[in-house]
Amino acid sequence: MLAVARAVVRRDLLLALRRRSDVATALLFFVIVASLFPLGVGAEPNLLRSIAPGVIWVAALLSSMLSLGRLFAADHADGTLEQMLLGAAPLGVVVSAKSLAHWLVSGLPLVAIAPFIALQYDLAPGLYGVLALSLLLGTPVLSLIGAIGAALTLGLRGGGVLLALLVLPLYVPVLILGAGAVEMAGAGLGPEGQLLLLGALLVLAAAFSPWAIAAALRISME
Amino acid sequence: MDSSIRWFWFASPQTFFPLAGTIARWCAAGAALLAVAGLYVGLVVAPTDAQQGEVYRIIFIHVPAAWMSMFIYLVMAGWAAVGLAFNTRLSFMLAQALAPTGALFTFIALWTGSLWGRPTWGTYWVWDARLTSELILLFLYLGFMALHAAIDEPRRADRASALLAIVGAVNVPIIYYSVQWWNTLHQGASVSITRAPSMAAIMLTGMLLMALAFWLYSIAAVLVRVRCMIRERV
Repeated sequence: MLAVARAVVRRDLLLALRRRSDVATALLFFVIVASLFPLGVGAEPNLLRSIAPGVIWVAALLSSMLSLGRLFAADHADGTLEQMLLGAAPLGVVVSAKSLAHWLVSGLPLVAIAPFIALQYDLAPGLYGVLALSLLLGTPVLSLIGAIGAALTLGLRGGGVLLALLVLPLYVPVLILGAGAVEMAGAGLGPEGQLLLLGALLVLAAAFSPWAIAAALRISME
Repeated sequence: MDSSIRWFWFASPQTFFPLAGTIARWCAAGAALLAVAGLYVGLVVAPTDAQQGEVYRIIFIHVPAAWMSMFIYLVMAGWAAVGLAFNTRLSFMLAQALAPTGALFTFIALWTGSLWGRPTWGTYWVWDARLTSELILLFLYLGFMALHAAIDEPRRADRASALLAIVGAVNVPIIYYSVQWWNTLHQGASVSITRAPSMAAIMLTGMLLMALAFWLYSIAAVLVRVRCMIRERV
């Protein structure tokens, strides 16, 4: 089972490596969205400092969602997905591995870029660690929940906009806890509560969403 | 299975169709009667509130609508689960028929809430935990309906939206508590919608009458919608 998971992750990462521009586009989107906010709300440092966690988290949400469409689309188009459904390997393991690969490509780089955005927003340097940790715990949840939506909207016309409508309301708890952790730390209170709850969400999502993703794929491919 | 009780007799659209018509008629009549009684108690009999004056009377619409909005989502997810488990077409139709009514009540709860908020809090909208979670509930209903509408093939549409309803139902408590927590973090208890615990019995009567009327209305509306779906599909 682990061998299957490793093979799927390796394959998806290799595919992402071959199409680097796709990955770069989502990251660039993250940076651009985050850079638009100061232009909209003004460059007042205190204001920017207070909205920084929320803006970075919202941008992360959108950028992670934007790349969800690719999660199953290419495999669906060339028939690989059908083989995965028919194959002997448990579908739950395969979709978990695909979600993990999606996170490695679209979530993990955000953790690395976020401190630079935080720098632009003049966030206190002591908060960088909390911000990175909250993204590290929260973005995998986004990939897992998002994969359910991606599987449900597989092959539909207007799938992208529909996906946003389905998935964004479900992202709300992650946004609240992730941005809340940084704000708590900024207010001098401990961010442990939020981070622990984010960890709990991650465990829940990792335990249950593979089932839902697998069921959704079977429904969509029927 | 015990042959004396035919559990799945009414699971067939053909046998359910006439039954639904009968139930819908009775429920619609009951809803009209109870709504008249409830509005009479609420608007005429119930005394003016000492603090809020006449404005509070919107409670007789607002609170039952909010109850229904949450309850219907659970019922919808329940029928979706039954449909996925037993593969019965009628369950999916019921789930599908419940969504517009649920969204309607969610919208009414938000609308009357903001009309109530203006005179009492001085603003149409606050990011109060309950308002926010009700808004997200509305988004969940709309997502459910949008997904069903986007899929042409009925079987896939039914099953996909059923799965979405179940995922949503699992998430509703998480969303509710996280929003509540977020709110207490940000603005404390600047505005609270918790009412005085001792509510006059007559007000409670009016509210319960209206809640029952909304129940019967929902049943009637949903069954009529299911009858249309049966006509369309079978």
